[in-house]
Amino acid sequence: MLTQIVNRLLISIPVLFGVLLLGFGLLILVPGDPAIVMAGPTATPDVVDKIRAEMGLDEPVYVQFFSYLGRVLQGDLGRSLISNKTVVSELLAAIGPTAELMVACLIWSVPLGIALGTLAAVFRGGLIDRTIMAISVAGVSLPIFFICLMMIQFVGVKWQLLPFIGRGGPLWTVDGLRHIALPALSLGAIFIGPVARMTRSSVLEVLKLDHVRTARAKGLSETRVILRHGLRNALIPVVTLIGLQAGYLVGGAVVTESIFSYPGIGRLAVGAILSSDFPLAQGAILILALGFILINMIVDILYALLDPRVQT
Amino acid sequence: MTDAPLLDVEDLAVEFHVGGTVQRAVQGVSLSLARGRTLGVVGESGCGKSVTSLSIMRLVPQPPGVYAGGAIRFDGRDLLTLPEAEMRALRGGRIGMIFQEPMTSLNPVYTCGAQIEESLSVHSNLSPKAARERAIEMLDLVGLPSPRQRADDYPHQLSGGQRQRVMIALALANEPDLLIADEPTTALDVTIQAQILDLMGDLRGRTGAAVMLVTHDLGVVAQTCDDVVVMYAGRVVEKAPTAALFADPQHPYTVGLMAAVPRIDTAVDRLTTIPGSVPPPWSKITGCRFASRCPLASEKCRTQDPPLRDLSPGHGVACWHAPIEAAA
Repeated sequence: MLTQIVNRLLISIPVLFGVLLLGFGLLILVPGDPAIVMAGPTATPDVVDKIRAEMGLDEPVYVQFFSYLGRVLQGDLGRSLISNKTVVSELLAAIGPTAELMVACLIWSVPLGIALGTLAAVFRGGLIDRTIMAISVAGVSLPIFFICLMMIQFVGVKWQLLPFIGRGGPLWTVDGLRHIALPALSLGAIFIGPVARMTRSSVLEVLKLDHVRTARAKGLSETRVILRHGLRNALIPVVTLIGLQAGYLVGGAVVTESIFSYPGIGRLAVGAILSSDFPLAQGAILILALGFILINMIVDILYALLDPRVQT
Repeated sequence: MTDAPLLDVEDLAVEFHVGGTVQRAVQGVSLSLARGRTLGVVGESGCGKSVTSLSIMRLVPQPPGVYAGGAIRFDGRDLLTLPEAEMRALRGGRIGMIFQEPMTSLNPVYTCGAQIEESLSVHSNLSPKAARERAIEMLDLVGLPSPRQRADDYPHQLSGGQRQRVMIALALANEPDLLIADEPTTALDVTIQAQILDLMGDLRGRTGAAVMLVTHDLGVVAQTCDDVVVMYAGRVVEKAPTAALFADPQHPYTVGLMAAVPRIDTAVDRLTTIPGSVPPPWSKITGCRFASRCPLASEKCRTQDPPLRDLSPGHGVACWHAPIEAAA
């Protein structure tokens, strides 16, 4: 288990290097000159040139990249061009809310998706199965921004059930829960569909296997056969799927946070890119990529825990 | 001591309703098995052996399977009409079953010990600790070396023969009165086969369980069974005590099966076969189901289905031409 974690960490190094390179490259290609942004609209060309030289932006691109890389390795992500706070402090402030949002999203959508998928498999071909599959198709097809807007329109504005702007505090406070509810519901909605579908087909597949017949021949109740010998084995591909969907989770968080004005990494990234705040944008992209890698690492560990054949 | 057999299958019919067609997998099968005896059920692939054995556990998947008629009496109770909860209590409790595929019949995500303990916990009120000790004891009984370690092994860490031993331990854990073994040695190589058969014979002697051994291997039958039922295309075509069957096979199919067993003492270029193949279960057959492949088939065979009739006490044959001279 330990070697596996170490292996994963080693594999993430080139991935992170790629992320830094891409993040850096994208922002070089994007129109907008950080020196102009920093100097402000009224600055003279002299001042802009001076700032550009100070920031090293007149150097060749590869020199800029390696000096950036060197600073990142020392934990220095630079300063935000807009707020002049360090990027690290801005990211630290935003990382908690985003982590909370992801947890709040996964904690209801994954179990619900698994439960719905199992129900659909057990009642295959019946009304329950078809209803669940229809819901999951809707969940897969509706774009996340549309779900967010509908949530705001109905739950937030029309029925006035829940707040839909900002964050109310930590997750364990009532206000925090009330504020995170709509973003978490919207973001989770895109998860239920794929998880339910994968669970359904996986459970159906597993229930055909010989060892399930053995379980029945032991005299176990059908519920126990399905949960302990069907679902338990069927979860292995579902966990893989959740890992693959982590990208959607990160991307969805960017959209959801922006729409609900939720102060997380996603909104930070969008804001930074829109205002050409290059250091902050790079930092936010780096953190989002780290989150992606972390989720996949957790998935790998879960995978090994679920399937003993993976460890040896 | 009662004379009633432990297991009495009478006129069992099992159908599969697939896409509008009815496939009669098992038709009018009757067999009985007394306590402490071993019954061999032989026949080639698709003759209904496995469906018959699964029916006794009432594990034929429904749908598409339908129990279309007959009765399966176990200790006097008809299993086909038993409520599901009572049936569950029998499965793995008084009736144990071993399957053909040791490689896939154990759940890969639980340890071997845990899978035996699960069965114990369902059928007895042993404490978890006692269940574990009992599971280890069972693994020891089936001849696995260092059973305490094996109990913590996952199935993929064991060989095919070892897994089949675990399956046997699992089936016998609750000391069943009846053990159904559906081709328990087919997937194993010959030396392991012999070991597993010896083990089953040994355990039968110790526990006094009746054994129903489903196989297509006549050698296995000759070695282990007291009585034999020969099945063909979903029917019993001959039943007899093992010695009588091998000495004096009466049904042309049985004769053909025995002729098809390669002999070590005669050199042959081609192995003897029975021409043709088993009629598919959806075909409509009037008359004897073996008629199309039978060297003795007459007009009567093609039009009238022969009933199973006793030639001598305990030796029944479903053939119009019986008794035949032992010529084959």
